[in-house]
Amino acid sequence: MNVSAAQQAAPVASQAPVVMDCKLDKIFYGNFMAVRDSHVPIEKNKITGFIGPSGCGKSTVLRSLNRMNDLVKGFRFEGHVHFLGQDVYGKGVDPVVVRRYIGMVFQQPNPFSMSIFDNVAFGLRLNRYKGDIGDRVKHALQGAALWDEVKDKLKVSGLSLSGGQQQRLCIARAIATEPEVLLLDEPCSALDPIATRRVEELMVELKKDYTIALVTHNMQQAIRVADTTAFFSVDISQGSRTGYLVEMGPTTQIFQNPREQLTDDYISGKFS
Amino acid sequence: MYRKQSMNTPFDIPDNPDSACRPPSAKDFLVDRIFRGLARIGVALILALVLALIFEIGRKALPGMEKHGLDVLFGTVWDVNQGKYGILPAIWGTLYSAFIALLIAGFFGVSMAIFLTQDFLPAKLAAVFRTIVELLAAIPSVVYGLWGIYVVIPAIRPLTAWLNSELGWIPFFGTSLSGPGLLPAALVLAIMILPTVAAVSQDALASVPMKTKQAAYGLGTTHWEAILKVMVPSAATGIFGSLVLGLGRALGETMALAMLVGNANTLSVSLFAPANTLAALLALNFPEAGPNEVEVLMYAALVLMFITLLVNVLGSLLMLYAQRGNK
Amino acid sequence: MTDLSQPVTALPSLQRRFEGRALRSLVLTSLAWIIAIVASVPLISVLYMLITKGGARLSLEVFTELPPTGFEMGGGFGNAMAGTFVMVGIAAAIAVPVGILAAVFLAELGPDSKLANAARFAAKMLTGLPSILAGVFAYALVVMTTGTYSAPAGGVALAVLMLPIVVLTAEEAMKMVPKIMKDAAYGMGCTRAQVIMKIILPTGLPAILTGVMLAVARAAGETAPLLFTALFSNYWIYHEGSLAVMNPTASLAVLIYNFSGMPFDNQLELAWAASLVLVIIVLLVNIVSRIFGKPKY
Repeated sequence: MNVSAAQQAAPVASQAPVVMDCKLDKIFYGNFMAVRDSHVPIEKNKITGFIGPSGCGKSTVLRSLNRMNDLVKGFRFEGHVHFLGQDVYGKGVDPVVVRRYIGMVFQQPNPFSMSIFDNVAFGLRLNRYKGDIGDRVKHALQGAALWDEVKDKLKVSGLSLSGGQQQRLCIARAIATEPEVLLLDEPCSALDPIATRRVEELMVELKKDYTIALVTHNMQQAIRVADTTAFFSVDISQGSRTGYLVEMGPTTQIFQNPREQLTDDYISGKFS
Repeated sequence: MYRKQSMNTPFDIPDNPDSACRPPSAKDFLVDRIFRGLARIGVALILALVLALIFEIGRKALPGMEKHGLDVLFGTVWDVNQGKYGILPAIWGTLYSAFIALLIAGFFGVSMAIFLTQDFLPAKLAAVFRTIVELLAAIPSVVYGLWGIYVVIPAIRPLTAWLNSELGWIPFFGTSLSGPGLLPAALVLAIMILPTVAAVSQDALASVPMKTKQAAYGLGTTHWEAILKVMVPSAATGIFGSLVLGLGRALGETMALAMLVGNANTLSVSLFAPANTLAALLALNFPEAGPNEVEVLMYAALVLMFITLLVNVLGSLLMLYAQRGNK
Repeated sequence: MTDLSQPVTALPSLQRRFEGRALRSLVLTSLAWIIAIVASVPLISVLYMLITKGGARLSLEVFTELPPTGFEMGGGFGNAMAGTFVMVGIAAAIAVPVGILAAVFLAELGPDSKLANAARFAAKMLTGLPSILAGVFAYALVVMTTGTYSAPAGGVALAVLMLPIVVLTAEEAMKMVPKIMKDAAYGMGCTRAQVIMKIILPTGLPAILTGVMLAVARAAGETAPLLFTALFSNYWIYHEGSLAVMNPTASLAVLIYNFSGMPFDNQLELAWAASLVLVIIVLLVNIVSRIFGKPKY
C-alpha cells in the first residue's frame, strides 16, 4: 500500500506546525489520473523539497496547492488541502482568493512587460495596499537580493534583466505582499550555475520568514536547501503514468537512510 | 473553473499585520463578471452580424424572388422600364472576369512566391519585392479603377486592335476594344488579387518542413528540380487554397469592375467586349433604384453572397487541410 | 505532406547531361526575375500617375474648398475628407470595442468553446465578404429604416468590414502574450478580468493597434459600401451651425469614383489629387502601424 508509506513518513517529520496539510487522493486531467494517494504536510519556516523522476507529478502536486491547476481543462481533485485550518478546495472557495495568500514562482522567469518597480508593486496594487508602496518594493527587492543591482534602474523594463535577475525579480514580486507560503516550481531550471547558487542562497534566507515548497529535478539542490524531502515516483502498472508519494522525511534521512527500495534506487541513480 | 463567483467567499484567513494579502474586493468580482459578460456579448454580436446579413438581405430579396423566380437567374435583359430583370450576363461576367484574373494572378502570384521563398535573392532584396506586393494590396480599389481607365485601357488598345484584326476568328478576340471591357477589368482585377495569392502561397511554401527541402537537395537535384518536383507539390494544397481565396476576392470586387468592365448586359466570350458583373450591377443601379428594382437587386446581392460564400468556405477548408498536413 | 516519393522520381536526372540542366536552370531563373519585375510595374505606374497627375493639382485649397459642379473651375474635396474621417470614426467606434471584446473571449475566456469556434468561422467568412454586400446590408438595415442616405449608414457598412479584421488580429495579438506571463498574473490571484486588463491587453496593445490601423486603412479606402449608404454630397457635413448627420455625406473614395467618369478636366484633376491624398493616408496608417506594431516582449 502506497498510502501507508506516506502515513509512515508523517510522524517522522519534526515538530514544527504544519501550515499546509495536503492530502491528495486523486488528481485527474480528464480521464488521465496524474497523481494518487499522496499525503504531504508542509511545515512552517521550512523548505519542503519535491523530488522524483520526470512525469511523477511533482509539479502537478505543487500547482494543486494554490489551485493553479483549476486553469487546466479537465482538472479534477479529490482530497483536501488544509491551509491554516481551511480547505483550499472547500465548497464555494474561489481559487482567485486562495492564490492571494500563496505566492508562486515558476520554472521560466516570467516578469511582466513593465518596469522593475511596477513588477514588484503589481501584487501590492492588486491587493489595494494602503501603506508606502515604494518602501515595500524596496524591502521585497532587498529580500530577493536584487536591490543593489537594480536600485538605480527601477523604471527600466523587467524584461531587460538577465535570466537570473529576472527570476529574483519574480521572487521579489511574489514576496512583496508577504504571503504565508511560497511555491517554487523548479525555479532554477532555466538558470546558469552561478544564478542558481544565488537563488538557492536566497531560498535558505527566505525560509526565516516564509514557508516554502520547492519542486526540483536536481537532487543535489534538494540536499543543499531542503529541510524535508518528498520523493515521488511513477506508477505505470495501470497502463498510464500516475505519480504518487513514495516517502517523505527529513532530507538527511531520505538521502542517507531511505526506507523504501524505490527511493534508494532513485537517489543512487539506478533509474531516473 | 470559476463559474460561480461568490461575493463573500468562505475562505477567510486571519489578518496578518505583516502581510498585504487580501482577497479581491466585491467590486473586483463585479468588474470581472461584467467584463466577461461583455466579452461574451461581443462574440455573440459577430454571429448575430452574420445571421443578420443573411437574414436582412434574404428578407429584402424575398419579394423579388417570389415575383420573378428563376427568370432573374436566367434572363438576359435588364430593362427597368419593361420590368425585365435578368442577371445571367452579370453572373457570367462575374465568373468570367474572376477566372481570367485568377489565371493571370495565379501565374504571377505563385511565381513570385517561389521567387521570394526559394533563396533566389539576398534577404534584403526579397524584402523589397515582398513590400512591393504588399503595397499593391494597400491601394484602394477606386484608385485602381481610375488608373485602369486612364493608363491600362489606352496601353492595351493597340494590342487588342491588332489581335482583333489579325486573329478575330478566335472567339476570344471577336470584338474590338472600344474603351471599357472585360480584359482591362480582368487585368486590374488580377493586380488586385495578386497580393492575396502571393502572400498565401508564400506562407504555404515557407511552411514546407526544412527536412523535405534538405532531402531534395541531398538527392542531388538542381535548385529548380527541387522546387518544381518537391517544394511545389509539398505546398500544393496551400497554393491551391491561395488561388481559391484569390478567386473569392475577385468575385466580390466591385469598384475596379464598375469603372472598367463597361456595364453592358451582354453574353460574350470576347475579351474585348464590354460586360457586366454582379457587384458592378449593384453598385451602378442601387443609388437610383425604385422599390421594384431594389427587390431584384437584393436578389442579385443574395446570389453574389451565395457564390462568394461557397468559394470562401472552400478556400478556408483547403487552408485548414493544408495546415493540418504540415503538422 | 512530406512526399518523399518525389525526390526518388528526380533521381534519373543524375544521368542527364549537365549542360542541359544548367541551361534550363538559367532560363527558369531569368524567367523568375522577369516575372518579379513585371509584377512590380503596376505599382510603379500607379505611384507615378498619382505623383505627376495628382501632385500637380495638390494645393491648400483642395483641402478647404467644396467640390466644383459642372464647368466650375477650382474647388476641392474638403467636405469629402471630413466625411471620410467622420464615417471611418463611426465605423471604428462600433467595430473596435466590439472586436476587442470578442477577441478577449476568443483568445482567453473560451478559446475552445463552441461559441468561439463558430464566431471565428463567422469572422473568417466576414473577411471574405464582398465589400459591396456590406453596403447592401447597411442599405437594408439603416437606409431603408431611416429613409435617408447618411453618414451613420456609411459608418455601419464600414464597421461590418472592419470588425473581422479587428477581431482576428486582436485575437492573434492576445494569443502572442506569453502564457508564462498570464500564469504569473493568475498565480498572484488576479481575476480573469484583471489578468486581461492589467496584463494581456497592455502587453498585446502594439499588435492590437496594428490590427485596428489596418482596419482603419482598409475602411478609409473603401468605395463600394458607401455608394448607396452615404451617397455623396456637395456640402460640408458641418453645415449652417449643426452637424448634418442624417444627410447624404461625401467621402474621398466616392468623389474619386464620381469624378473619374466626368468629361471635365478640372474634376478629373481633382480625382487624381484625391487619389493621391487617399493613398498617402492609407500608406501612412500602414507605415505607422508597422512601426508601432512591434511587440516588446
